[in-house]
Amino acid sequence: MKRRRRNTWVESHSLLFLCEGVRGAETSPSCFPGWAQTLIQQWLLYQGQAGSIQPWLHQNSEDVRCKCICPPYKDHSGHIYNKNVSQKDCDCLHVVEPMPVPGPDVEAYCLRCECKYEERSSVTIKVTIIIYLSILGLLLLYMVYLTLVEPILKRRLLGHSQLIQSDEDIGDHQPFANAHDVLARSRSRANVLNKVEYAQQRWKLQVQEQRKSVFDRHVVLS
Amino acid sequence: MASHGRWGHREPWGLEALAMDQKGYRRGSFQSATSDEDMLEIAGASMDFSMADDDPPLDREMGGFSSYNGGGMNGTSTMMDFLEEPLPGVGTYEDFNTIDWVREKSRDRDRHREITNRSKESTWALLHSVSDAFSGWLLMLLIGLLAGSLAGLIDISAHWMTDLKEGVCLAGFWFNHEHCCWKSNTTFTDRDKCPEWKSWSQLILGHGEGAFAYILNYFMYVIWALMFSLLAVLLVKGFAPYACGSGIPEIKTILSGFIIRGYLGKWTLVIKTITLVLAVSSGLSLGKEGPLVHVACCCGNILCHLFTKYRKNEAKRREVLSAAAAAGVSVAFGAPIGGVLFSLEEVSYYFPLKTLWRSFFAALVAAFTLRSINPFGNSRLVLFYVEFHMPWHLLELVPFILLGIFGGLWGAFFIRSNIAWCRRRKTTRLGKYPVLEVFVVTAITAILAFPNEYTRMSTSELISELFNDCGILDSSQLCEYVNDFNSTKGDDLPDRAAGPGVYTAMWQLALALIMKVFITIFTFGMKVPSGLFIPSMAVGAIAGRLLGVAVEQLAFYHHDWAIFSGWCSQGADCITPGLYAMVGAAACLGGVTRMTVSLVVIMFELTGGLEYIVPLMAAAMTSKWVADAIGREGIYDAHIRLNGYPFLEAKEEFSHKTRAMDVMRPRKNDPPLTVITQDSMTVEDVETIVTKTTYSGYPVVVSRASQRLVGFVLRRDLIISIENARKKQDGIVSTSVICFTDYCPPLPPSSPSVLKLRSILDLSPFTVTDETPMEIVVDIFRKLGLRQCLVTHNGKLLGIITKKDVLKHIAQMANQDPNSILFN
Repeated sequence: MKRRRRNTWVESHSLLFLCEGVRGAETSPSCFPGWAQTLIQQWLLYQGQAGSIQPWLHQNSEDVRCKCICPPYKDHSGHIYNKNVSQKDCDCLHVVEPMPVPGPDVEAYCLRCECKYEERSSVTIKVTIIIYLSILGLLLLYMVYLTLVEPILKRRLLGHSQLIQSDEDIGDHQPFANAHDVLARSRSRANVLNKVEYAQQRWKLQVQEQRKSVFDRHVVLS
Repeated sequence: MASHGRWGHREPWGLEALAMDQKGYRRGSFQSATSDEDMLEIAGASMDFSMADDDPPLDREMGGFSSYNGGGMNGTSTMMDFLEEPLPGVGTYEDFNTIDWVREKSRDRDRHREITNRSKESTWALLHSVSDAFSGWLLMLLIGLLAGSLAGLIDISAHWMTDLKEGVCLAGFWFNHEHCCWKSNTTFTDRDKCPEWKSWSQLILGHGEGAFAYILNYFMYVIWALMFSLLAVLLVKGFAPYACGSGIPEIKTILSGFIIRGYLGKWTLVIKTITLVLAVSSGLSLGKEGPLVHVACCCGNILCHLFTKYRKNEAKRREVLSAAAAAGVSVAFGAPIGGVLFSLEEVSYYFPLKTLWRSFFAALVAAFTLRSINPFGNSRLVLFYVEFHMPWHLLELVPFILLGIFGGLWGAFFIRSNIAWCRRRKTTRLGKYPVLEVFVVTAITAILAFPNEYTRMSTSELISELFNDCGILDSSQLCEYVNDFNSTKGDDLPDRAAGPGVYTAMWQLALALIMKVFITIFTFGMKVPSGLFIPSMAVGAIAGRLLGVAVEQLAFYHHDWAIFSGWCSQGADCITPGLYAMVGAAACLGGVTRMTVSLVVIMFELTGGLEYIVPLMAAAMTSKWVADAIGREGIYDAHIRLNGYPFLEAKEEFSHKTRAMDVMRPRKNDPPLTVITQDSMTVEDVETIVTKTTYSGYPVVVSRASQRLVGFVLRRDLIISIENARKKQDGIVSTSVICFTDYCPPLPPSSPSVLKLRSILDLSPFTVTDETPMEIVVDIFRKLGLRQCLVTHNGKLLGIITKKDVLKHIAQMANQDPNSILFN
């Protein structure tokens, strides 16, 4: 246990070194803020304790199991055996240890046991859940931004927003020129923001339209 | 060419015999089973077409209706800058319009011909033609990969979030209950308890026993359910309203040629995927299967943008979407062949053999991707995969047919009540509060579901448990038979007497059945992603299991009866309750969706037992008969009708003695048809016509006097071309003559230059004579996917029939005496 812990420590420091190397010596001693460093260290420590230092580089050896379910037999109650063996060893004789019944009964006992070899990828599960939660989180943040923060910002920058609004109105009446218009606009890099905002406005209008037809007029999807 | 396309989408298959049966039957029910309620429904639907189909194109835009999406007709627009031919926008469609299959397909043929011709010229062109031919398969590969990965994401996350309602894993919060206990040693009796997994009461109170712990768990369960469903409905409302519902009715309509912009877009995909997980894990009575089809179609549509061939051609794109739907079902049920058949039988409108092979490939890739993700850790694609090989006796067909009757009754009942409820939602104040509705339904579901073990678990798990045959290894309540462990050998179990656990399970299941039956009616159609397959299957599986256990006990206690004596003697294993559950599930699903072939194949792929095909077929067919006798249409068709989508049903026969002249516009007392002459109208004249009328296209004739037909021009193309010419071409003013002929007549030198618009003219519009029977016209519309058809008399143009007119006419015919319509 101790040894593994030291390994992890070394690992985390080498990562920080690597980070410095990239950034160069004259910049700040490390490229992560303090809290991030502690987080990374703790995470690495945790990973060390959990048994694998580089979880996504190789298949976790804990991800296979051979599970034998043995029903009650004579005076032995039912039991579940769980062992980490390869697929070809996944049978009652290899997994059921210690054998609860004496030698002559082993065959009869094992005949009733059902052994199943199962695999999973805990890394896939972890990554999937984290991806899912982060998308959900981003969407929620964006929703909160759109409903709470943006109206306030807009009210504060009223004049500016009116300018944009009138700009949008013109853009909307000539839909076929849009593509060309946008293309022409995007040539100058300063207008990238404008373009994003334009796309956002367009999208908002679209969603508003959808909302009207689904929730207000009940034309589609009711 | 032979394989290129046939419209009646059963014929390519060699399933003629089946198709004939069905059609024959359909025709019978078409006339007999029209109640008053149906009449109202259809009339209402046809009123909606007038709003949704042909009329709206540009006027709505001018009213600021959807102002980013139309042609600027009112002349305010400036800065149009088209450099290349053909004009962008020509040949595209407005939102909520119908595409013209014939035109799209001929455009694709032209394109293909051009590429083939050019490929002989240079190596580069040859490469281009090869990549063009290959792009379809590449697209299928990408769709399969994406759909499979998304299905994996949905499965894993939904499983985890469902378990989150009950507790959390301390070994890693991302593990669900089963994976949390992956390594730990569990006992035979309490196999789902392990030290790593903590229920909420264990986590908060430190112990999991007692009344207070139960109440706390109950409370947490309800709170989580409410939170998940609220998040789902808020996200749907905020970002992508089109993501709600099952999506299959709309996809059916889209595949038949309707355009709903944004329905298969990026935001719909993201929001539907995310909220589907939330909705499923909130414990509402809904499934992920239907929405997965929508998700797969979104993938297909988005990936189409990578390939010019599919981006620009609406008909080609629909072929891809058909294949994507197959991939969706393939991952939803882990049934690739079933997916292909589902696409063929239920959703697709136009299904050539080429699409069949592509669907096959897409379904294969999707299933393979999902399998390699292995979301359930059981090396299967679905949670409720079962495998048993017990033989069944011929006499058991009687209970199977009973289950079929139950499935049909339930299906018809469900469709009626769900449609009634949805109409209420559509028309009354109820529809104004979607969020509140979801909140209330979730609260009721969660509060009712928790006390009953069989409703508390996720519906997929419930189905899995019901399908499962009780072995001696099972510890669930449902398998608490009176066992005699010492007398049995190996897997062979005789029928046994039910223990007290089974009786408890029976009444709990009965309660669960009642709850599912009623709550599903109110759940389907709420503004969250909601599929119908799983709840219907659950209803059927519960009913089937109940019947199965009843028959089993009957056989056990009365094995000396004459009907049992031959095959079910004492100590024999003759009744498998799991099989009854499976047959019941198939029957209920068949009753609701009216699928037959694909349903049986899906169920058979789920079980992997060839010997159960006959019971499944018997149940599916009975349930379809019973359900069709009560109500003519399946749930998806009913929803299409409710929403008034312009969907021309390919399965129904039109058998009335009307003629084209009875349907065409203009009617007897209407003003004459609006036409454009080929070489005598000025730009101003045409613009006046376009502004004054709302038709989406105009016939072009030689002259008003002769009314001889030249071709057909679409309004949108006309507007864009005139607009463009006014901007770019010199000398085009209001008095310029528009000329649709090859050689324009010489004009006096003082007059402004001529605007040539031959390129946008459709020179081969479909025409029928005024005496053509409507059955032929309807057939033409169905099989060719026409948008409009011109009617001539003695070679002179008389009128026009649009798809909308045909739909209206069919609706009228289905309700009223045809003779009264004739003089309408």
